[in-house]
Amino acid sequence: MMIRRRSALLGLAASWTLGRSSVAFAVPARGATDPRLVVIILRGALDGLAAVTPYGDRNIVAHRKDLLLAEPGQEHGLLDLGGFYGLHPALGGMHDLYAAGQLLPIHAVAGHYRSRSHFDAQDYLESGADERLNSGWLNRAVAALPARGGRPDGFGLAMGLTVPLLLRGSERVGSYAPAGSQHPDAGLYTQIAALNASDPLTGPAFRDGLKARGFSDALMEGRPVSPSTQGRKPDAFTTLSTAAGEMLADPRGPRVAALEIGGWDTHAGQVGRLNGPLAQLDRGVLALRQSMGAAWEKTVVLAMTEFGRTVRMNGTGGTDHGTGTVAFLAGGAVQGGRVGGTWPGLAAGQLFENRDLAPTTDLRGVAAGILCDHLHLPHSAIARVFPGATPTPIQGLVRSV
Amino acid sequence: MLLSCVVNRFGLGERGGMNAVVPSRDWLSNQLRQPDAANFVNVGDTADGLIALREQRRAKMQGDPLVKPIFQAEVATQLDNLLLTEQPFRERLVWFWFNHFTVSLRQGGTRGVVGAYMREAIRPHVTGRFVDMLMAVMHHPAMLMYLDNASSIGPNSPAGQHGRHGLNENLARECLELHTVSPAAGYTQADVTAFASILTGWGLDMKAERPGFAFRDRAHEPGPKTMMGQVFPAGVEGGQQALHFLGTHPATYQHIARQMVTHFISDTPSPQDVGHIAGVLRENEGDLAAAALALADLADAGQPGRKFRSPFDYVTAIMRALSLGGAPSAPDDPHSAAHGLFAGMAALGQPLWTAPLPNGWSDRAADWSAPADMLARADLAWRMSAHVRVDDPLEIARASLGPALRKTTMTAMRHAGSRQDALTLLFSSPEFQRR
Repeated sequence: MMIRRRSALLGLAASWTLGRSSVAFAVPARGATDPRLVVIILRGALDGLAAVTPYGDRNIVAHRKDLLLAEPGQEHGLLDLGGFYGLHPALGGMHDLYAAGQLLPIHAVAGHYRSRSHFDAQDYLESGADERLNSGWLNRAVAALPARGGRPDGFGLAMGLTVPLLLRGSERVGSYAPAGSQHPDAGLYTQIAALNASDPLTGPAFRDGLKARGFSDALMEGRPVSPSTQGRKPDAFTTLSTAAGEMLADPRGPRVAALEIGGWDTHAGQVGRLNGPLAQLDRGVLALRQSMGAAWEKTVVLAMTEFGRTVRMNGTGGTDHGTGTVAFLAGGAVQGGRVGGTWPGLAAGQLFENRDLAPTTDLRGVAAGILCDHLHLPHSAIARVFPGATPTPIQGLVRSV
Repeated sequence: MLLSCVVNRFGLGERGGMNAVVPSRDWLSNQLRQPDAANFVNVGDTADGLIALREQRRAKMQGDPLVKPIFQAEVATQLDNLLLTEQPFRERLVWFWFNHFTVSLRQGGTRGVVGAYMREAIRPHVTGRFVDMLMAVMHHPAMLMYLDNASSIGPNSPAGQHGRHGLNENLARECLELHTVSPAAGYTQADVTAFASILTGWGLDMKAERPGFAFRDRAHEPGPKTMMGQVFPAGVEGGQQALHFLGTHPATYQHIARQMVTHFISDTPSPQDVGHIAGVLRENEGDLAAAALALADLADAGQPGRKFRSPFDYVTAIMRALSLGGAPSAPDDPHSAAHGLFAGMAALGQPLWTAPLPNGWSDRAADWSAPADMLARADLAWRMSAHVRVDDPLEIARASLGPALRKTTMTAMRHAGSRQDALTLLFSSPEFQRR
């Protein structure tokens, strides 16, 4: 009931998994040259200052000393991104991409809205308009692409149980949810257990149930858990990413895919809690690269979140809803190996509303730049894809062919 | 008594702010006073189901090709009604009484008639007299098939003299034990045997143009029989008199009062509450509407969260809270709302119309709250919550739980990173597990 078009897509994925080489060599050259776009929605508001820390801006120490990791070169320290910014150490795989010129973090981005409500902001982020729409910008972009036909399951693909607003609209898209990706992540289970902790009936039942699934007491009490103790089974996001990559690599498969990953809403204990979702994102991006094979060279991955978090640490070792944050571009087609955007500074008077990272780059401009330069969306279609104040596509995000 | 509590305890969970502001007692009594508004589409009657079964057997068809569409149509239209009904108290009573008079797909080949049974034997009587419902149930092919009475033969009947088959006590025993007087009445094995003899011949005519109930004289045990001190004559009248005796027996009223109080008020019903409802039944000739309304007047009726939601209740309440469903579900559409509800019930261990035993599904929290049950609920809540991309989760929370919604839950929802997470927390909260 929940997985639309699953059987058709399952067939596609299965044929790929089972007969990888036969499909791969069936129409190798043509399939590999189509551009691919993957959009990852980071639901819950990623703290851009923790993911890509501007350690070169000394004002940051006063705002959030206890949230800062050691500088590059030190044990468990940041991974350097060119002397001013450092990448969170949980993003080691993405740092390798940076070194290969395939990662482009863009700092101090924000959407075109200024809401601090997750739900409103995600709607605006995905619809790409100044008002709530029932369709998403990615769907409208796909609809505006020339020569998108001839694909049995559509040009676009939603990975997960339902199609996110981003990909909903008049253009037909497929959706696919592999087995094992259909349950809450560890963080949400932990919250559920906490919500029931004081209930004499459901409290012990949830606790015992999660233990039986291999959750430790530490995790259920919200204490940080090192990645190595979280089990070796691939997490749901990696499973999704792998499946998405396989379908995108298929010569007759979709060319645009959307994924979602949660766990970013770090109001408390942020230092420990960010490790998990960041490591998942990192594994997911690497899984995409791995499963896409040669098609990775023609791929752009855009990871974006609805807003950033407060520059200052709050009273519980976390951060609250903010504005400016970081976006990531990854992939063989990305003009990477640098950090994009304009740094707004963190001095008094430089913060947005005296609390948030001031946005200097419109996220819609980033998206528009990729759509035009990578997917070859006609410039004339931008106003339809992003109704309202039409963004200016940012140039130079992808390699010129 | 707060309406939102009553909507959950006596109804099926709020659906999208549907209910107008009315006093609780009126909200309940209006539903029972007004005619049944359910509208079932694409379904026939029991005879249609029996014809399908007959044709399948005649042609030795494999895979239920004629019965399956009938069953799917029943699932679609009955579960649509469950999701959309504006008479949720009446609906709860229908499903409660079905469970009391359980017919299960697990035996008796009842797949083609179980839906019709519910519409024909149970539904029309939930605001009528208990004895009339009992009479309709015991005459219905579905029950006669499920509990084997169709094949029970009096040893001294003409058929019994010539064949090898004999008495089957199954229906008689369950009718005494589960449906009517219960063991508290002190009946004996001799009474069970006598009642089984009384019911011999109550079966089906499968050869008729419109197959259905038939009293088969050739299988009926001759002579008067004595059950629980009463003498009943031979013939179909003997059975009808016995059912009238049982259906109006004070022990029956006591038994069904306990069942009702257990379902609506508490897993451990107080003797006072049970006694009160039994009294209402006695004084009103077993009027089930009067008894149902009397439940709402019990002291504990308005306290939220005293009853743990069964999987049936839980999935229904989630889907109603999310306002899922609307357009009629196509019977063969695996993406329909009705199919979602059907699959959800099965995923949580309470597949539709498939109770393990004739005593139906349990009404007690202890039977539905094992660790694996709770995780299955959280997983299902998460999958269901993926469908909602527009509404405000906190509004859904307030509408569905009213004052039972805890601050802790609201705080957790506010801090959730997505609608899906927020709604999963709502549906996994202790207060949403209860009604």
